[in-house]
Amino acid sequence: MAGGAGTIGGLALLLVAAPLGAVAWRAGGLALSPADLAALRFTLLQAALSALVSVGLAVPVARALARRRFPGRALLITVMGAPFLLPVIVAILGLLAIFGRGGVLNTALAAAGLPVLSVYGLQGVVLAHVFLNLPLATRMILQGWQAIPAERFRLAASLGFTPADSFRHLERPMLIQILPGAAATVFAICLTSFAVALVLGGGPRATTLELAIYQAVRFEFDLRHAAGLALVQTALGGLATLAAWALARRAGFGAGLDRALPLAAPGGWRQGVDGAVLALAAAFLLAPLAAILASGAPGLLQLPDQVWPAAVRSVAVALVSALMTVGVALVLAEARAAGRLGWVELAAMLPLATSGLVLGTGLFLIVQPFVPPMILALPVTVLVNMLLSLPFAYRLILPEAQALQADYGRLAAALGLVGLARLRLLTLPRLARPLGFAAGLAAALSMGDLGVIALFAGEREATLPLVVQRLAAAYRNEAAAGTALLLVGLSFALFWAFDAGGRRAAA
Amino acid sequence: MRLSLAACLTCLAPAAMADTPVLTVLTYDSFTSEWGPGPAVEKAFEASCGCDLVFVPAGDGAALLARLQLEGAASDADVVLGLDTGLTAAAAATGLFAPHGQPAATTLPVPYDDPLFLPYDWGWFAFVYDKTKVPTPPASFADLAAGSLKVVIQDPRSSTPGLGLLLWVKEAYGEGAAEIWQALADNVVTVTPGWSEAYGLFLAGEADMVLSYSTSPAYHRIAEADDTKDWAQFSEGHYLQVEVSGLLAGSDQPDLAKAFLAFTQSPDFQSVIPQTNWMYPAADIALPEGFETARPEKSLLMPADRAGAIRDLAVTEWQAALAR
Repeated sequence: MAGGAGTIGGLALLLVAAPLGAVAWRAGGLALSPADLAALRFTLLQAALSALVSVGLAVPVARALARRRFPGRALLITVMGAPFLLPVIVAILGLLAIFGRGGVLNTALAAAGLPVLSVYGLQGVVLAHVFLNLPLATRMILQGWQAIPAERFRLAASLGFTPADSFRHLERPMLIQILPGAAATVFAICLTSFAVALVLGGGPRATTLELAIYQAVRFEFDLRHAAGLALVQTALGGLATLAAWALARRAGFGAGLDRALPLAAPGGWRQGVDGAVLALAAAFLLAPLAAILASGAPGLLQLPDQVWPAAVRSVAVALVSALMTVGVALVLAEARAAGRLGWVELAAMLPLATSGLVLGTGLFLIVQPFVPPMILALPVTVLVNMLLSLPFAYRLILPEAQALQADYGRLAAALGLVGLARLRLLTLPRLARPLGFAAGLAAALSMGDLGVIALFAGEREATLPLVVQRLAAAYRNEAAAGTALLLVGLSFALFWAFDAGGRRAAA
Repeated sequence: MRLSLAACLTCLAPAAMADTPVLTVLTYDSFTSEWGPGPAVEKAFEASCGCDLVFVPAGDGAALLARLQLEGAASDADVVLGLDTGLTAAAAATGLFAPHGQPAATTLPVPYDDPLFLPYDWGWFAFVYDKTKVPTPPASFADLAAGSLKVVIQDPRSSTPGLGLLLWVKEAYGEGAAEIWQALADNVVTVTPGWSEAYGLFLAGEADMVLSYSTSPAYHRIAEADDTKDWAQFSEGHYLQVEVSGLLAGSDQPDLAKAFLAFTQSPDFQSVIPQTNWMYPAADIALPEGFETARPEKSLLMPADRAGAIRDLAVTEWQAALAR
């Protein structure tokens, strides 16, 4: 297993490093310019703010979801995950329908005679990043709550713990374990922000590293500069991973009996606060979704024929990518949980901070001497999707793989439970929930991807995101919105199917 | 595995296509899409050339040149279609293009005769607005800057219309361009990576006007029977976007490539352009009913070498003005 995990981790690292290396090699070196400092500063600022706000807001939301039971709770958890799965430009349009100049909020403010709020600027960038990443952070933290054995909460109740005591002895250790990784993940995602930063940042003052990379490739034709910037961006992601690693501590709750007991939820004002937190989070996450639904619905009636083959292609790519992602993430997380190969953590996290444009350009340079890149459009798409969703899958599986190892590792070893038998009897049943969630996430993310494969796309190989873009480029905005809605619906259906499947298998 | 697969594919390809020559045209994505000119052009050319015309899409116009630079002399492409006049200086500097040998295109409002690049369509950049919401549109950049109308534009670093706007302001105001940009800064709602995002924001009501083309309202009039969109006539004149194609010197099908460039000027190709690319055709053919209501009084176009030389400075100026 260790050899296999090492090889797979090595391949993942190679997939990050080789395209960057290919670009640098082709360009004959790396270069940075003084103007990059401003881009670096803005990138760090917006990513750090986005990570802090996302994780800070996710804690109360996750706690309310963990300790309250109400009708529609499971549905709310699933639907609140949707923003993370949206293609970026769709998310931006949804947010603008609520927070934009002509959005619902400003229309209401104007009607009330109040000054309108501008969404364009750093506040808009952070707003969009929180909208996109709050769901992921919430789910990661919620998993942390669910990983605390219910017996510990019962013990706490029988010892007469106040909510403050429970927080100190149970919730705080869990949060210390989970939060650094969650924050580092959101930080690394936001490092590569391009369209969100540009459109909602309001112009060139919101130049991020990824935009500077675009400028270097598209405008200056300076690949040395692009490679230098991409190296900085990837290194920042690596540093964030290492920092999270250094900060996180194992909580060590020990194994429970696995009974799904309702948590003792404190009543009184805390119940009111939890209710308000959930209502606000749901409104923030669901209102833009409703706007996307409303603007896309008329377009559903005029979907062109081309969307169907593209949809089939997208779903097929998503399924294959998802299975590969989860397989790779499981192998890496298990190796890491067994205390071996600390560096696989980096291999699993670095793709987050990879520049999509440099990754695509590098792969193109590697492939092009041997075969027309168009032929490899779909395989490269699968590979890249796998790579880009690996960090999420790994991050979701790791905590439970660590708990599994801590709780059952010695027993399994004593019983000589190894290889496939261990996978079938121990790993898959115990990890069904995070595996299902990770597979759903990977599938949905693969549906929405576009940027990296633009260089490989052929005439007839269009996936759904490309069809959306082609419709919008041909003035057909209504059909584009309808196709985008179909894309979102399919992504969400895939996510739901895997996630629900995992939860059912775990129950 | 990848290597052997690659080797196998390259050895099979020539055998399978030995009898039909293949002409590879590198172009931007929206040209080849089902809603662009690509399918009709392919059908018409293949009817007479005895060849297989393959479009290779490479993102948008700005990505096209980057792609070409990546591939260099090793490119499989025979023809590049879709560069615009903001990019031709950089494209010529690659040394990858060969003279096309065709007579100059006839319908451009300014003289344009480049031995390497042959126009196949063109249009005027213009700010498009909704007549029902903006009763009196600004009549110049100065007018726009003095008023409170909000516009959405494209980033010149990632989009050809964005770069076109920069050249437009520079050509109209020269040394005073930075000043105009500073005055415009509070009118710019935001800047998008490409044309379609900007146009989408405009249609969604986020801005009063959008940087697009004087032919954009024609789409709404003809395809949607919606006559609410118009473009604002600016007294400084309107900058031209001229879309060109060129022959690659490394082509293994030079005769076929030349025939294709000649074909781009023929009625079969040109008649497809107005209602797919929504641009003016480069050859003299009848325009569709309702395609234009007015023309700018003055056309602006910088010589390619000057446009190439001032790009960097113009972008720095623009960044500094909008970053305040």
